[in-house]
Amino acid sequence: MNYEATLQELVLADDKYIVLTAENRAAIRHLPGVLNGRFLDTGITEQTMIGMAAGLALRGRVPVAHALAAFLTMRAFEFVRTDVGLGQLPVKLVGGVPGFSSDANGPTHQAIEDISLMRGIPGMQIFCPADQAELVLGLPHFLASPHPVYIRHNALPAAIDHDPHFAIGQAELVQDGSDVTILVYGMLFREALAASDLLAAQGISVRLLNLRTVWPVDETAVLAAAQRTNLLVTIEDHFLTGGLFSIVSELLVRRGVRANVLPIALENRWFQPALLDDVLTHEGFTGPQLAQRIQDYLATDYAV
Amino acid sequence: MLTQAQLVQLEASARRVRERIIKLATDGGCFLGASLSCADLVVYLYTHFLNISRDTLDDPHRDYLFLSKGHDVPALYATFAELGWLPEARLQNHLKSHDSIYWHPNRAVPGIEFHSGSLGHLLPVAAGVAYDCQLRQQANRVVVITGDGELNEGSNWEALLVAQAYQLDNLLIIVDRNAFQANIQTEQLIPLEPLADKFRAFGCAVQTVDGHDFAALDGALRDLPYVPGKPTVLIAETVRGKGLPSIEARADRWFCNFSHAEIDDLLAELHGTAQATLHSEALLVR
Repeated sequence: MNYEATLQELVLADDKYIVLTAENRAAIRHLPGVLNGRFLDTGITEQTMIGMAAGLALRGRVPVAHALAAFLTMRAFEFVRTDVGLGQLPVKLVGGVPGFSSDANGPTHQAIEDISLMRGIPGMQIFCPADQAELVLGLPHFLASPHPVYIRHNALPAAIDHDPHFAIGQAELVQDGSDVTILVYGMLFREALAASDLLAAQGISVRLLNLRTVWPVDETAVLAAAQRTNLLVTIEDHFLTGGLFSIVSELLVRRGVRANVLPIALENRWFQPALLDDVLTHEGFTGPQLAQRIQDYLATDYAV
Repeated sequence: MLTQAQLVQLEASARRVRERIIKLATDGGCFLGASLSCADLVVYLYTHFLNISRDTLDDPHRDYLFLSKGHDVPALYATFAELGWLPEARLQNHLKSHDSIYWHPNRAVPGIEFHSGSLGHLLPVAAGVAYDCQLRQQANRVVVITGDGELNEGSNWEALLVAQAYQLDNLLIIVDRNAFQANIQTEQLIPLEPLADKFRAFGCAVQTVDGHDFAALDGALRDLPYVPGKPTVLIAETVRGKGLPSIEARADRWFCNFSHAEIDDLLAELHGTAQATLHSEALLVR
């Protein structure tokens, strides 16, 4: 089942759910005719959509609000922070084309600070599925959560057969390894997986951690990785500031754990717009490029 | 129509509410002018319009009032004390950390539906509530009080577009038209006129009323919606600082923090027994 069919099933099964969109219907185009009044398109009004979602939540509804990730998290930020966050309302935010997925749209549409912004809101949970299969797997959990949630929508085909056991705040340990841990979330998972295979072929044992819930992060899994491998590599289509690298660094410092950390992210700049595969190559995020960057790092005298 | 006895009672309630508001304008102070401009509106709505009581504060069938401009929340505190929803003694906790009675609304105060203070938020929120009431085919009325300066915020107009599109005629927007932004008259800074025409152009049905005339308010709110299928807008023409000539229309008396002696003077002024002499420096904050 895809995202739309799963959402439809969940919404039809429980009256409390209501689907909203700020005229972004790409992932939910068949729902209006099925959900009738429980599908509300507010037009190109991200702020009003979030305000209305808060109002609907005050009435006991659980709104699932859709817009492009950039506009959902930034145009409407203060509404998310003040109406949903301060109100501690269980509004679910589904951001379309986050990170590199905005491919050729250009920097206006690039949500690469969304994790940073959303985790700055107390109580917010962040779900970044590796592909559509994982999105579908985690969706019921996050919809049922009493918290506000931000979801990075992902329509990519399944990269692997995911561990069907899903819990909010639990990472998926995709493969065990003893030299390097790759920590990754969202659409870059498949590239990280490819990198991991290439490194294994070079005799480097890789532990691959698919975070699923980026915030609050699976502290146990990250700390175990720091303990069992000599290098942590964070890979993300996000600014270096505020995303996974920051999350991991904060955790390690707070727990007094020394570790080698190689961050692979966008350092203080937007990415060059192009079609997705071209973006990945241009920015150095394809599997082979990631493997090379990790090998280059391993060749330095980095050790703690 | 209101009887003479009801009018007398409303006037008396409103005077007591103003007394409570004035007493909050010391030891840290409050936004006195804006609280006084909407005091009559708030008293009228809670005593004669809204289907809500202390026992139905959480009832899904209640009417809703959202105070969007926020900083006029002393009008709510004072009215809730008048209604007996808020113990009179809690007003002594104004601005104190052991309670949650501060400069903007929050839900720790029974009767306050939602927090506000950042302008332009509660019209969208109220539209969501109104949409749900219609979806459930419930007859709740959803009232939003906005400031007029607040109408500078684009989110209000965005929400009106959506409200008219979904024919939210259970939504009543009351503009506390006291003609002031924070420190400057609206028409001198960002003119709103012709305001009624603006709302009409956004698909609302509009009337204008004297926001301090209970009989007129009662008349303007008797038959709602004004036009089926359209959100209702009532522009309530008010005076900032109403009831206190020393405060009325004074641009510099937006946020007020007076000495206890000045508060006594203002109370005397409210009752028409003396003219207040105010020495405290005006605070221009925003």
